Amino acid sequence: MAEQRSHITATDVAKVARLARLDIDAETLVHFTAQLSRVLEHFGDIDALDLVGVDPMTQPYPLVNVLRDDVEQPTLDTAEVLSAAPEAEDHRFRVPPIIGLEG
Amino acid sequence: MPQSASEIARRVRTGETTARSVVEEHLAVISRRDGEINAFNLVTGDSALRAADGIDARVARGEDPGPLAGVPVAVKDNLCTRGVPTTCSSRMLEGWHPPYDATVVQRLSTAGAIMVGKTNLDEFAMGSSTENSAFGPTRNPVDTSRVPGGSSGGSAAAVAAGMASVSLGSDTGGSIRQPAAMCGVVGVKPTYGLVSRLGLVAFASSLDQIGPFAGSVADAALVLEVIAGHDPGDSTSIPQPAPSLVAEVGRGVDGLRIGRVVDLPGGAEPEVEARLEEAFAALVAAGARIVDVALPSFAYALTAYYLLAPAEASSNLARYDGVRYGMRVAAADTNAMYAATRAAGFGDEVKRRIMLGTYALSAGYYDAYYGKALKVRRLIADDFARAYSSCDAILMPTSPVVAFPFGDKVDDPMSMYLCDIYTIPTNLAGHPAMSVPFGLGAHGMPVGIQVLAPTLAESTMFRVGGALEAAGRGA
Amino acid sequence: MSNPNAHLSTVVASGDELLAGGWELVVGLEVHVELATRTKLFSGSPNRFGDAPNSNIDPVTLGLPGALPVLNRTAVELAMRIGLALNCRIQPCIFHRKNYFYPDMPKAYQISQYDLPLNADGHLVLPSGTVVGVERAHLEEDTGKSTHVGGATGRIHGSDYSLIDFNRAGVPLVEIVSRPDIRTSEQAREYVTELRAILEVIGASDAKMEEGSMRVDANVSVHKPGTPFGTRCEIKNVNSIRALGRAIDYEARRQIDIIDTGGEIRQETRHWDDAQGRTHTLRTKEDADDYRYFPEPDLVRLEPTPDWIESVRASLPALPAARREALSALTGYDTRSEAIVVVVERGQHGYVHAVADAGGDPVRALVHVQQAFAEEGSTPRVPASDLAALTVMEQDGKVSATQAKQILATLVDNGGGDPSAIAAAKGFEAMDTSAIETMVAEAIAADPDAWAKYCAGEEKAAGAIVGRVMKASKGKADGKVVAAIMQGRRSAG
Repeated sequence: MAEQRSHITATDVAKVARLARLDIDAETLVHFTAQLSRVLEHFGDIDALDLVGVDPMTQPYPLVNVLRDDVEQPTLDTAEVLSAAPEAEDHRFRVPPIIGLEG
Repeated sequence: MPQSASEIARRVRTGETTARSVVEEHLAVISRRDGEINAFNLVTGDSALRAADGIDARVARGEDPGPLAGVPVAVKDNLCTRGVPTTCSSRMLEGWHPPYDATVVQRLSTAGAIMVGKTNLDEFAMGSSTENSAFGPTRNPVDTSRVPGGSSGGSAAAVAAGMASVSLGSDTGGSIRQPAAMCGVVGVKPTYGLVSRLGLVAFASSLDQIGPFAGSVADAALVLEVIAGHDPGDSTSIPQPAPSLVAEVGRGVDGLRIGRVVDLPGGAEPEVEARLEEAFAALVAAGARIVDVALPSFAYALTAYYLLAPAEASSNLARYDGVRYGMRVAAADTNAMYAATRAAGFGDEVKRRIMLGTYALSAGYYDAYYGKALKVRRLIADDFARAYSSCDAILMPTSPVVAFPFGDKVDDPMSMYLCDIYTIPTNLAGHPAMSVPFGLGAHGMPVGIQVLAPTLAESTMFRVGGALEAAGRGA
Repeated sequence: MSNPNAHLSTVVASGDELLAGGWELVVGLEVHVELATRTKLFSGSPNRFGDAPNSNIDPVTLGLPGALPVLNRTAVELAMRIGLALNCRIQPCIFHRKNYFYPDMPKAYQISQYDLPLNADGHLVLPSGTVVGVERAHLEEDTGKSTHVGGATGRIHGSDYSLIDFNRAGVPLVEIVSRPDIRTSEQAREYVTELRAILEVIGASDAKMEEGSMRVDANVSVHKPGTPFGTRCEIKNVNSIRALGRAIDYEARRQIDIIDTGGEIRQETRHWDDAQGRTHTLRTKEDADDYRYFPEPDLVRLEPTPDWIESVRASLPALPAARREALSALTGYDTRSEAIVVVVERGQHGYVHAVADAGGDPVRALVHVQQAFAEEGSTPRVPASDLAALTVMEQDGKVSATQAKQILATLVDNGGGDPSAIAAAKGFEAMDTSAIETMVAEAIAADPDAWAKYCAGEEKAAGAIVGRVMKASKGKADGKVVAAIMQGRRSAG
């Protein structure tokens, strides 16, 4: 685990950038890899902690069963919303061909 | 220094002055000073004057326009304002007009406050210096060669320069308290869930909380009373009415037990350490008792935070994809459009954090990073719980350093992240904390002392804050 | 999410379930159903099919900055109804974010449930008696809809651009994941048919595969009994129950052919083309997504209390299985008989009980409803008392079965009526038995060969005699009476 942590490679960063849909050029990739690896190196400090049996904490305040009634609320105006869209056609949002995303 | 909000509201409600003249005075300060300071992304002068006239008309009709009648307020530009651009200081959202107001904006308006503009921030609230803004950095009104802190640097500077009486910021890891300290104003991060997040553009949803900046502890309490309280539109909003806080400010600290963290990570500037000692002494003089407490996991908060916050951010910021609103860079297919749009729309710090968070959540790394950070978060909350069994509030510096010159840390993420070392743990635990100006540090820059309290113990926090403020003024 | 390889099936195929060559089919089904709520899972926009594009949208639906989800109580309760109907354990649970980019997914993450679903570890007993395990039934939000414009086929490949409608985005879904307990395409169809009936009965969903409010994906693999499960393929785009059976049969054949010729099955998602009757590769496991699931911080824990669960349970109507039991008790037919299965599927079981309550003969009522009410809904227009009167007339021998069918057709056409008046109008006075006896004697005299064969035990030969009697009586003779007379004469020797 600790080995995984300290060595983030340019390949890792490129893969993460792809997952996050961020175009980055080769120079930036090198730069980011250096910065992220320094940050991740620092993050190795938590390996010193004994975390066995510790309950993960996802939220600060333990609320349960927050629900709303199944009642219609006003909707947004279609024309107004579409006028803010980068591209729209026929009451819908228009996007370039969808390739390599099917599923 | 800003004009007192409670004083403005009193004079407007009694007709001693008009909201219009108050707003005009503030707009004049803005036009005089903001060219240099750049606290505002947008000044909403015309609508502010219209709103002021509305308040004055209500006063003339004998109505009460509310506890913040005529108070000029600046709003961080990551809070949605109906029909008014909300950019998060990002190219990505340039030109976007939200179709709704954030709950806090609505509540301010209902209370008679008047929005004078939207303030600058580190893009999507990611940063500690307000240098990561697509619209240029904000300057510290105390010394314009220095940063105002961040990410709510614009809101802190607006109040410090008297361009607004009070303002709103958001605090995910210290983004209210740290700039408050650096600009010499009061800044409050409430208990997670006390203030609705509806309409706050999310950075890290389990950590984000909205709070006020003000020139005094009492004004901060007044604003928090207005914006706090249950909102059914935010599932994480605590189902309780807003607490009564203004009355607590002058109650004193007689008999309160104030925690001193014996194992606090070092690294604070000597002047900052000295002010902290003076603060403890002032509280003792006011009747409080100092209690030693230990927070053994405190030092690990930084790592936990810089894994959790980017992880949530990587997901929260995925919606900026060029499909429904905001900018788009044209490309041959949707996937290429996404990557080109996001590359052009986000600045470097946002990209770094998105990548860090994506990495922390990705297959094979989840347990080593994100999963572990959640456990560290629990340890930190447990530490605080133990500490608060023997004390009522804890005192520590807000920031290890005073406001630094531009460019000092902007390309060294780790040194920038270390600015948040004292503020982050309360976000992880979800507790309230506030920064109160307390004397000066190196280069004559303001120092902020941080008051931490347990969940929903804002009343205790404001008592301690009030006592610190009183002692600081006397000093 | 189900992993057939991790689960050792408890279901053992009987010999006749095996495919040629001794292969056994293994199927698990993932069924998505849209819940019949008024509004979306996390916001107050209408959940309505067929509205103008992008009319049912709000900040949450569109994933606008600053928007926050709030969970719909009715959606939770409908999901709990599904869980209870499928014998699941209803448990404390949380929501997760499933992160992926797609233009019809507004936030670039889907709010779903991951390691802690609302409903877990249930099962469904099919009418045939087959038990299919239900691994989980969890809540999640639906996506918007993409329309691909341009290109030759209107399909995604080769299109010029796409248009997105977010009306469906955020509509509440329950994903019901079966265990890989299904061994034949017939069982798969039966499972979906029964599931659909349950969902309709409990009011959870209109469950229309054609409109997409019920969507079925099939995980299909083959293996030899006693060996580990084979590599599975997930079949998508199965838009009817009939297509489900065809797709599974095709896919099994395809996989067996590959293995038989020395090939290996690749784990992949395949698209069913109903027109061509084949599946083709949609995407392979190599480009598997990394969904980066993590707990949704904008929503809090959902903890159904025992009281809440019991109040939902108390509001559940009788399920199809119980309805079949009741009809079986009423008629003496087996719960698996086609008449009972079909009538319950159509929701006409209550009507059969009503006919019986009105004094009608239950068996005749059941058969009539099965045969003549296919086009009627769960509340046929013919008053139960009218059908009851008809069955009584048959019972009393006042009309023949053939005549009864004609009267029934008139009842259905007219939405009811007095059966005896219809009988009179059609001239259906039942023939008295002595007249029929005379006709039988005449028929035997006319065709002694047939009679001899019938007396020798060749039952088929009876047809010739009965046919003559029917012809002579112009269909008025009751076939059963004719048969009884013939049997009487034969045994009398």
